[in-house]
Amino acid sequence: MIQSPLAPPQAAVPRGQVLRRGLLANPLLLVGGGLVLLIVLAAIFAPLLAPLPGDAGAATHPFTVLQPPSAAHLFGTDQVGRDILSRAIYGTRVSPVIAAVVLVIACAIGVPLGVAAGYFGGWLDELIMRVTDVFLAFPPLLLALALAAVLPASLTSVTIAIAATWWPWYTRLIRGQAASVAGRPHVEACQVLGVSRSRIIFRHILPNSITPLLVQVPLDVGGVILTASALSFLGLGAQDPIPDWGLMTAEGQSYFTPDWWLVVFPGLAILLTAFAFNLLGDGLRDLLDPRRSFR
Amino acid sequence: MPALLQISDLAVRYGPVRAVDGVSLQVPAGPFGLGLVGESGSGKSTIGRAVLRLAPAAGGCIRFDGTDVGSLRGAALKAYRRDVQIVFQDPDNSLNPRMRIGASIAEALRTHQIVPRRGEASRTGELLAEAGLESAFAQRYPHQLSGGQRQRVAIARALSVQPRLLVLDEPTSALDVRTQAHILELIARLRTERQLSYLLITHNFGVVSELCEQIAVLYLGKITEIGPTDALLRSPAHPYTRALRSAVPEVEVAGRRSRVVLPGDPPDAANPPYGCVFHPRCPLAVTRCRTEPPVLRSLGPGHQVACHRAEDMLAGLQMPTRR
Amino acid sequence: MSAGPAEGGRPPDTARLAISDLKISLGHREVVSITDLRLDHAEIVGLAGESGSGKSMTTLAILGLAHTIGASVTGSIMLDGRELTGLTPQALREIRGRRIAAIFQSPSTAFSPVHRVGTVMTKALRLHGSARSEAADRAAQAMRQVMLSPDLMRRYPSQLSGGQLQRVAIALALALRAEVLLADEPTSALDVTVQAEVLDLLRDLRDSDGMSVLFISHDIAVVAELCDRVAVMRQGLIVEQGPASRVLSSPANLYTAELLESVPKLPSRG
Repeated sequence: MIQSPLAPPQAAVPRGQVLRRGLLANPLLLVGGGLVLLIVLAAIFAPLLAPLPGDAGAATHPFTVLQPPSAAHLFGTDQVGRDILSRAIYGTRVSPVIAAVVLVIACAIGVPLGVAAGYFGGWLDELIMRVTDVFLAFPPLLLALALAAVLPASLTSVTIAIAATWWPWYTRLIRGQAASVAGRPHVEACQVLGVSRSRIIFRHILPNSITPLLVQVPLDVGGVILTASALSFLGLGAQDPIPDWGLMTAEGQSYFTPDWWLVVFPGLAILLTAFAFNLLGDGLRDLLDPRRSFR
Repeated sequence: MPALLQISDLAVRYGPVRAVDGVSLQVPAGPFGLGLVGESGSGKSTIGRAVLRLAPAAGGCIRFDGTDVGSLRGAALKAYRRDVQIVFQDPDNSLNPRMRIGASIAEALRTHQIVPRRGEASRTGELLAEAGLESAFAQRYPHQLSGGQRQRVAIARALSVQPRLLVLDEPTSALDVRTQAHILELIARLRTERQLSYLLITHNFGVVSELCEQIAVLYLGKITEIGPTDALLRSPAHPYTRALRSAVPEVEVAGRRSRVVLPGDPPDAANPPYGCVFHPRCPLAVTRCRTEPPVLRSLGPGHQVACHRAEDMLAGLQMPTRR
Repeated sequence: MSAGPAEGGRPPDTARLAISDLKISLGHREVVSITDLRLDHAEIVGLAGESGSGKSMTTLAILGLAHTIGASVTGSIMLDGRELTGLTPQALREIRGRRIAAIFQSPSTAFSPVHRVGTVMTKALRLHGSARSEAADRAAQAMRQVMLSPDLMRRYPSQLSGGQLQRVAIALALALRAEVLLADEPTSALDVTVQAEVLDLLRDLRDSDGMSVLFISHDIAVVAELCDRVAVMRQGLIVEQGPASRVLSSPANLYTAELLESVPKLPSRG
């Protein structure tokens, strides 16, 4: 098409080069990605990194309860003497994993529904979107609370509860994109060529519709972790002795004055993790935004 | 022997708007080019889409090889998809950005099992070569190609299923003038090599004059004039044809010729005028034009016009001009 | 490099717009290099080139907007003897719209969709110093000059056709008493009969108001129809420049000849 003068000059740059350039020029992506990588590594190598791996479980040390941060226990010990540093490190295996499972479920429900609604339109679109609207009308935390309250308190319940509130957002996101892709000439060309519907959906609509998710999912990890921590804090999620950061914060509440380390360190872990994923999501968004790519 | 494509009294509606209002056309077996010329709102693209069943016909009938296109289902519909293909205007969005060129063409081949799997690569190479591209292009993604190259791929893909009728919807409007010339050359060559019939939809008279034997001029969903290219362009019988012809910028006569003035604004398709749809903008309109819609009538072999004053036009009636 | 000094031998200081040794770079890459391009009083100069030729970048540079796409500019752009490069953003804002106006390809995106076009016009006029009542009058007068009823000023952009919007954009330039108009593909998105009307309008403005127009287009036929002088651009350079009649009938450059050759020919009228 004839370009408006305010559009960046076009050049056929190979995709690999754009990505490489983008990665290097994008500090958000580097820092966010780096932090996320650290968290993942911490989760994988937790047994090696934690000074007292046993403390992540049911171990109790009656003689070293409520000790402030020291050389032996960098983050101090909790009310039953467990090393908070070790528990914090093992916590990377809890919250982020919950987030991952929740988001996978949300995508698994949201993407097919969104694509179906966007591509087929008509009554199917109406049906799916009205159901989605109903779920969207509930404040996420409240719905998660309600669900978590009827289910037995456990990590699984929290996961299910949060996933139930998350999928509608993705349905809506994908539906808009899918509807737009369905109207594009290359999809019409497929229809004119007689390509089967299923092939059109899987090969043309789907790959071109999920791009918003690439940005949204990392950004949502932080949100899910916060929600999961809140639910665990309220007692609806992880139960002792699981080293969930939200649970640790809840248990540490009553000891907060003067033993601040029981709350502060798990809280910082939540903060850092959410922050890292937010940075990653922002970085990805900047990278994939075509308007910024030419600089 | 019936025409390859027979459109009878086609009507297409988008809500209250009559995008196509009673159009009848014929395209014989190839090589043959029928040009559909008009401006925005003329319905020319809609006719092309209706032929491909991308737009539903609200009235009238489209027949291909004698069979009603609207009634085709299943295997017969799939066979129709082999016989009739389309090339769109926008080269940027005609190809799946996430599929390599070769895969896009192979998809077409595979859908109709044109060649066995192992033959796909070589056939793709042949098709690309026919469209003027090196076979190495099969490995590239659309964003790595220029607009003109993408349009060639779109043409190659359309031809891969060996259609007998091709609909070309403004195939060169989005391209630079030199690329446009190359694509038009390509179409001319393919027409001869493959004995193609095509509907060439455009707003540019220059494009149709080189590629089409017959031209139909459309205004607000109706045919205002249809006839052999030469006759229609040399002595247009409809005021709109003359105005349209006159408005096309040309290099040769620049600075020396006079242009027919067409007052007013393009029509509002939702509220078509009474009588002749063109009369509000027609400098030659008389009372009859305001009340009685003109019917397409024959002026000569293959030449029809819908205008009450066609004879006056042909007899040399001048339209108001300006330098 | 341009093909020698512009034929006709006009001294540079009478030119309304004079561009010399203009170089536009994106990062380290020089994308445009124009040695000499001039626009006189009551003249329409065509800048013809295909996509990627750098003609749109040139438009941005003249308007002092090259930095918005990350390009840097060196050289001289003189408007009525006043150097434009190196002016402060403040000074440029006063010149833009008022002394040099611009219209672009997509008229609908040139106007804010949530404002009536009349509001945009009067706001622009008041920004450049007109009193409220004066602004409304000048806008209405300009609308009449472009053959549009002033009533249309009350409409939103979505209620006007492409051709009407383009004429409103020209009316705005007139209302601001701009003497130089940069028209970047102003008719490419318009129907051919509407395009003809807009081209007629530009010709009238040149004849009656002495307006200078730099008409940028990829369509050499439109440039041929409209322009008094033609400059052909290719890959950032002006490969040929001169009176339209000369350039079009006997092009000195192979590229120009190729462009002219590419235009589909119509059989002559009987």
